[in-house]
Amino acid sequence: MFSKRGVIFAAIAAAGLVGLAACGKKEEPVKPAVKAETPKPAPLKIAFAYVGPVGDGGWTFAHDNGRKAAIKEFGDRIQTSFVENVPESADAERVIRDMASQGNKLVFGTTFGYMEPMLKVAGEFKEVRFEHATGFKSADNMRAYDVRAYEGAYVAGVIAGKMTKSNTLGFVASIPIPEVVRNINAFTLGAQSVNPKVKTKVVWVNKWFDPGKEAEAATALINGGADILLQNTDSSAVLQTAEKMGKYAFGWDSDMTAYGPKAHLASSIINWGPYYKKAIKDVLDGTWTVEANWWGMKQGAIDVVSISDVVPAEVKKLAEDKKAEIREGKFSIWTGPLTDNTGKQVLAKDTTGDDKFVASIMFFVKGVEGKVPSGK
Amino acid sequence: MPRLEPRAEASQAMRFAAPLVALLVTAGITACLMFGFGRDPVDGMRVFFVVPLESARGLAEIGLKMTPLLLCALGLALCYRANIWNIGAEGQLLAGSIAATGMALSIGPGNSHVAGLLVVIAGAAGGALWAGLTALLRDRWNANEILVSLMLTYVAQLMVLYLVNGPWRDPAGMNFPVTRMFDAAASVGAIVPPYRLNWGFVVALVAAAFGWVFLFRSRIGYRLQVSGNAPLAARFAGFSEREGIWVSLLICGTLAGLAGAFEVAGPLGQLTAQVSTGYGFAAIIVAWLGRLTPLGCVLASFVMSLIVIGGELSQSRLGLPGAITMVLQGVLLLALLSADTFVNYRIRWR
Repeated sequence: MFSKRGVIFAAIAAAGLVGLAACGKKEEPVKPAVKAETPKPAPLKIAFAYVGPVGDGGWTFAHDNGRKAAIKEFGDRIQTSFVENVPESADAERVIRDMASQGNKLVFGTTFGYMEPMLKVAGEFKEVRFEHATGFKSADNMRAYDVRAYEGAYVAGVIAGKMTKSNTLGFVASIPIPEVVRNINAFTLGAQSVNPKVKTKVVWVNKWFDPGKEAEAATALINGGADILLQNTDSSAVLQTAEKMGKYAFGWDSDMTAYGPKAHLASSIINWGPYYKKAIKDVLDGTWTVEANWWGMKQGAIDVVSISDVVPAEVKKLAEDKKAEIREGKFSIWTGPLTDNTGKQVLAKDTTGDDKFVASIMFFVKGVEGKVPSGK
Repeated sequence: MPRLEPRAEASQAMRFAAPLVALLVTAGITACLMFGFGRDPVDGMRVFFVVPLESARGLAEIGLKMTPLLLCALGLALCYRANIWNIGAEGQLLAGSIAATGMALSIGPGNSHVAGLLVVIAGAAGGALWAGLTALLRDRWNANEILVSLMLTYVAQLMVLYLVNGPWRDPAGMNFPVTRMFDAAASVGAIVPPYRLNWGFVVALVAAAFGWVFLFRSRIGYRLQVSGNAPLAARFAGFSEREGIWVSLLICGTLAGLAGAFEVAGPLGQLTAQVSTGYGFAAIIVAWLGRLTPLGCVLASFVMSLIVIGGELSQSRLGLPGAITMVLQGVLLLALLSADTFVNYRIRWR
């Protein structure tokens, strides 16, 4: 009886293990507070809750680089720790509460799904400051921060529009929220600015971090005729798939050149360092207030880097010029006339969408195929 | 040379010793890992296995984490004893969370205890309905329940996605895929606020007690197990195969559905796409680790919860990588499967 069950169970268990085997990378230990000769103020304890592993090569990796940049800046004035792979489930509240109860005075939560749990914990720990990435709710001691990743997506689009031969771009999309939808639009608008014939195909994976699904979606897009891919997911799987299938793709969130040197056209990166330094300085200086920070190329939070040598010099220059224009505020991506892909005009000629408009984009621009899941 | 030799009869002693051996091996490997990372193994083991249990808050969190694992594992243990290979407890849990959410959103704001009860009942019914689909397909068309229950899990996942992205999306939620927060009346209350542990934990423990009575002290439980162990003998005795299919799947679905309801109406307070972190799948390990017995499931769900929470603490306290949780779950499972060899075999030295 048990042996037969054992065989079946072993098979199921093996399958389960494959599913469990997400990667995690080794990390240097959290250094205990250095005991100085002369009494110094105790370091500010700071904790980060990450949704993925720090070794994802993308989103979480970028946050962790931001953490390291802060360590470099403040040295032993701060003491940081992090917990990776914290799911956006009931588990998040436990992890965040534990961080607050362990004497951390500043807690960063780096995914949308931590919003409600952070709010609850923020209500209990009034003396702790909470920073929530990509959300929209705040409290007396909790504020939201985000970056304008769409600026990088637009510049990537400029390169893609010039480099595509099939005039079909592919986008591996995560979760249908405005942040992702506007990145798809920005990528398409950037491409259309140099090549009006471009259209974009989209596949949703409904996950932030799932390399298997991301690779499947990338394969489907390439088989559907897309020859250049961008993604709004957290891993390097899309770039790796493009490398394997002999197509081009971009790095996202972090510089991903190493994951697909031949396929890699450029990386649209998030540099969280400047914001993390600001937030920590706010707390150290006692100037922390509830405000919303939405940083882009102007503040050095977004950049497009490591543009490949297969990109012709004049296209490179085009991309660099566009970056400069965005940085200097001379160019706005969301400028009318802008029509959605059903032909409805969403921005009239010579009007520019403000932040409220940008924050609520739930339509596809002309040239993107399909419709936003359950969007209007 | 040592040789493996089949035992004449499966060893009862080894059957219960195997999980303990597996635990010891896992603890030993944990200590080695700590040492390898340059941490004091004793201190590391303390963070992993003692610190989570030191405070009332910690105990409450363990109980909260145990609840869905235990509920699903109890149902699965019953199924496996009846030789019904249901691996879709995850889908049944999600169906339960959907049904519970539907009830919670349709009950207006009020102050009645009945509301919370209705939400939980809806969750149980949703889970039972989902498992009932598997039972129906197996019973009526002899479809393989392993495949059907697994596939229905994906269907349930997509239904959750559809609902939170579409009809149930919080209108004030900036288009994020979550429902609005439930009213307090439609929630499952905490046993001792402010701790998050809710009445779902008590229900799970009561279910374990009932499970023991059902399996070992009831005629129907006996019939199910005979059908599972010796289908031919069961048929000869006139036991119904259909009874086994329906009863085990419906009970499992009910329990998994309850687990889903307790998540959305408990700590989450809303339906999100991430309602489950794979509880229904992890519960397969729990059921097996628990030797398919209710008490075993209680202990095994405790151990699994401890590993998850201890893994988090070893990240924040010791700076160890998060992968340690998955490594230890894998080690525990492999150690158990290896130790299980000695249930049917023994070592002979020649």
